[in-house]
Amino acid sequence: MTNALIQIADVAKSYRRGQETLSIFDRLNLTIPHGDFVAIMGPSGSGKTTLLNMLGGLDRPSGGAITFDGKQIENLSESKLSSWRAANVGFIFQFYNLMPTLTAAKNVELPLLLTRLGSGERNRRVQTALEIVGLSERKDHKPKELSGGQQQRVAIARALVADPKLLLADEPTGDLDRTTATEILEMLQLLNKDLGKTIVMVTHDPAAAKYAKRELHLDKGEFEERVS
Amino acid sequence: MGSLFRQIGAVVVMTVQSLPSRFWASLTTIVSIALVIGTLLAFLAMGNGFQKTVAGTGSDEIGIVLGTGSSGSELNSTMPSSAVSIIEEGPGIARDANGVPIVSPETYVAVGAVRRSGGAKANISLRGVEGNAAGMRPGFTITEGRMFEPGTNELIAGAGVVRQFEGFDLGAQIRFGPDTWTVVGVFEVPGTVFDSEAWADLPVVQTLFNRGPTVSALRAQLAGPNAIEELQAYVESDPRLQVEVKTEKEHFASEAGSLEALIVFGWVIAITLGLGALAGALNTMYAAVEARTKELATLRAIGFGGVPAFFGAMTESLLLALGGGIVGVAAAFLLFNGINVSTLSGSFTQVVFDFAIGPAQAISGILLALVLGFIGGIFPALKAARTPVLRIGAE
Repeated sequence: MTNALIQIADVAKSYRRGQETLSIFDRLNLTIPHGDFVAIMGPSGSGKTTLLNMLGGLDRPSGGAITFDGKQIENLSESKLSSWRAANVGFIFQFYNLMPTLTAAKNVELPLLLTRLGSGERNRRVQTALEIVGLSERKDHKPKELSGGQQQRVAIARALVADPKLLLADEPTGDLDRTTATEILEMLQLLNKDLGKTIVMVTHDPAAAKYAKRELHLDKGEFEERVS
Repeated sequence: MGSLFRQIGAVVVMTVQSLPSRFWASLTTIVSIALVIGTLLAFLAMGNGFQKTVAGTGSDEIGIVLGTGSSGSELNSTMPSSAVSIIEEGPGIARDANGVPIVSPETYVAVGAVRRSGGAKANISLRGVEGNAAGMRPGFTITEGRMFEPGTNELIAGAGVVRQFEGFDLGAQIRFGPDTWTVVGVFEVPGTVFDSEAWADLPVVQTLFNRGPTVSALRAQLAGPNAIEELQAYVESDPRLQVEVKTEKEHFASEAGSLEALIVFGWVIAITLGLGALAGALNTMYAAVEARTKELATLRAIGFGGVPAFFGAMTESLLLALGGGIVGVAAAFLLFNGINVSTLSGSFTQVVFDFAIGPAQAISGILLALVLGFIGGIFPALKAARTPVLRIGAE
């Protein structure tokens, strides 16, 4: 499939615990095309977050290959993997993971510090990203001065600002009330439809999964697909 | 490279801004390092002040003749008056308008005195002198009263003695053994050990302290640049003379050297205390890195390398150490600088001097603080640099 952004081929993941080897999955296969919005669901311990971490280059598979835009990433060195993440992946976490001492704008700017952009261009991009998430008025506020939903929007702006092809969201609404969660999910949908971002979202919440184009259920090391 | 500096800058700013959230732990580190530096500076100030006073005493233009075997100490030195007569006729000694050699035979004895603070007993120097003694101490002035009368039990007391010891105020009577002395004057020779002495008439001291016809030292005004060598050659060539000659400057510089042990002791104490402070600093820094695990892992996830995390933690450690160093130096300066104390000199008598904290002592203090900060920071900083990216969910 030429349109594939991500291809997972026969990926295995196991952990050693003492003498025992604990297999999370074995020979997992998945293709995610450009512009897809995939929700990954499944019971606790099924390996959803592990899979997301491997897609984002935070964790390595025990076997198999992960190809991103035609390039294998699972065997890149640690520093090359860091550079690859900085250029291609935006992360959105359940608990936002913002830097508490930095303002919203400075938090959003962090990924741009890894680029060659000058400060004027960095500020322009930060402004644009904050406008996309509707928080340009709050750019000088620190995380503790923002609500949970606003903090998650700052985190989304941070994930977006370097214009990565892939956004990875781990339970992005897990810590939010229903109304705020809906706002965040609608925003992700917008980013997928209007900006063409490929999104992979791990969630427990079936209502959240409905916002994705596809729902994949991971259980006992295998996927079951449901198209929305 | 520019990107690396920007990353380091961002992490350092974040680290510094997050310091208030670890206020008490940070303060503990600052205080413990300040105590170490304060202690070190107390010793350095003492050594420096003593050295300044002792090494500041003595002139290149005055030769001092002591008996052989005195180990360079006036208190241990003795030579017969007959030797004085031979030496004063030697070469290299300046003469006055009447052709009389300018020399000062002196007898040096230790006498008991009581400290003003605490009332402890200590020895001070009583120097028996003749007419030339004052002229051979540049800066000598009588600040109160008058010079003693020859042939009487009168003495004049150095300003340091009056400050530190009881019973030397002008007009006071003081007993040394069976004899009573009257303080008729107070003198100053600023910044020298002579300030810590009392002076009286030489023949009276010789008689009342049973010294017979001997003196402890002979001071001689030197006639020119090579005069000391001429005088040395002269005394060595005469078998009747069992004496050694140095310039007064050399004599006191070697006495100051005996204080080096005190300075070394100060460093040993400071480094021992420093190990304790180091344990505290390590604890604080490990806790700081642990508290920021989630932030550091998030930065790694975003694409930051380990180097900025290392610099962030190291900066925090060095900043806390620098804070401790500055507080320590400032406290030592306020508490110790300029305070006037007395301590035992190489002659087993008391030398009164000021604690002195100068730039060299302050820099030593700050450098030790930074070394403690560096050692205390390096392992936590390495831990920060190696924060596993998967600790991103750490709470």
